[in-house]
Amino acid sequence: MTEEVAVLGAGMHPWGKWGRNFTEYGVAAARAALIDAGLEWRDIGAIIGADTVRGGYPGYVAGATFAKALGWQGARVTSVYAACASGAQAIEAARAQILAGLADVVLVVGADAAPKGFFRPAGGDRPDDPDWLRFRILGATNPVYFGLYARRRMALHGDTPDDFAQVKVKNSAMGALNPFARYRGRVTAEEVAGSAVVADPLRLLDICATSDGGAAVVLSSMEFARGHGQAEPVRIRAVSTVTPRYPNTVLDLPEIATDSAVAVDPPEETFRRSITRTAYEEAGIGPEDLSLAEVYDLSTALELQWYEDLGLCGEGEGVKLLRDGATALGGRIPVNVSGGLASFGEAVPAQAIAQVCELSWQLRGEAGDRQVVGARVGITANQGLFGHGSAVIAVR
Amino acid sequence: MVAGWFTGEGDDFRLLGTRCSACASVFFPREDHHCRNPDCGGGELAPVPLSRRGRVWSFTDSRYRPPSPYVTDPELSWEPCAFIAVELEPERMVVLGQAAPGITVAELAVGLEVEVVPGVLHEDAETTWTTWHWRPTGVTA
Repeated sequence: MTEEVAVLGAGMHPWGKWGRNFTEYGVAAARAALIDAGLEWRDIGAIIGADTVRGGYPGYVAGATFAKALGWQGARVTSVYAACASGAQAIEAARAQILAGLADVVLVVGADAAPKGFFRPAGGDRPDDPDWLRFRILGATNPVYFGLYARRRMALHGDTPDDFAQVKVKNSAMGALNPFARYRGRVTAEEVAGSAVVADPLRLLDICATSDGGAAVVLSSMEFARGHGQAEPVRIRAVSTVTPRYPNTVLDLPEIATDSAVAVDPPEETFRRSITRTAYEEAGIGPEDLSLAEVYDLSTALELQWYEDLGLCGEGEGVKLLRDGATALGGRIPVNVSGGLASFGEAVPAQAIAQVCELSWQLRGEAGDRQVVGARVGITANQGLFGHGSAVIAVR
Repeated sequence: MVAGWFTGEGDDFRLLGTRCSACASVFFPREDHHCRNPDCGGGELAPVPLSRRGRVWSFTDSRYRPPSPYVTDPELSWEPCAFIAVELEPERMVVLGQAAPGITVAELAVGLEVEVVPGVLHEDAETTWTTWHWRPTGVTA
């Protein structure tokens, strides 16, 4: 088990389509997290940014962009790119610096201004990029993959489109209680069924939008937290950033094919399962200890898959858990009480940090109308392009 | 735009991957430089045709026009395009592809047998870009 680090502060910029530069969202989130921590920017020894593309500049930038906007003060700087797991890897880098004694208190920031419509690869002819290839050769958007996973669940487990819709109904009801969420309206199953099919069997309201948004956390050593008057802060006990194991036999974004299992038998567990198991092992806890989970619901069907990959239920039993109300607010293990991506949309470098913000507020008992009563242990789960994934476990 | 991903014509049309001479791992899209099996010391990667037939692992479609770099004619209305992920038993792998033109999700089911057929990705005045399509066996164009 690894030593813990303290979450001293959490902050967000509301998600939406604001049409401004990503730096504005990141700085707003950073300032909110600093205020929440009771610290000044000058107190921060290191800043870590989860990367995005700066419009018109051929590169991924973040840490230094936020440091400059907040005012150069000489902090150590790091930038991290890991697709959807960028925020979690930024948190992991902060934790490593703290535990190594390189910094006492670290600011982690992620923000993005997402384009409208489908995500698409950067421009130019780039046949060495699997993300470019799947668009150029197949026209396979992200929802195409979500549709494949959903249809596979229907064939294997008997899930139905109405089951998927019930995930949206649940998440939108909780997102309606979250002032940082982009979508604040409750959605009915009829509204999901009445929305246009995007990628069979998934409809528009089954699939998360792209958004602008920002999130930040201030992390510190336990010693610094106690010196700062925080005797019992929220602590991060595990950060899982494992890669898949060969052969990866589940078709993953952005690949056109899986690995072949002809020479090596597939690992006993899928990549998603290995992400969460690693976090459980590092934290020394199991799914039965959880008070809540924040998972990457890129589609409604994918949230059901996470129930199983988190070990909340057996394989194929995700729908039963949902129907029993276990994953709703007030249930045995509420999932996505923030409203999830269903209510936020994707602001890629910010999302994994936003999940940890939600855990922090929940574990402090400061989540208002969406508070999970008596929350003590929370987990996040996330998966992104190119074999990236993450899970963070926080405790109080 | 990508060289050597398929070969042959008509009934001889095949997807082309590569196979490691040391561990027999198969790769598609073709891997020409390094065997990706972490336990393999590395061998020569030689081209190998993939199975012509497989079974549907899953399927879906795209009801909205994909963004570039996919090439479509914005003057024409978008016709939904079906996708099929196909499990190839001998290679123990899943390969995604567009369904042959005219095939809709209504005609597909997980487990259905499909075969690879040559297809046209798009064409302009100078060039026809060819590709592979998956088509249920017994269906003729």
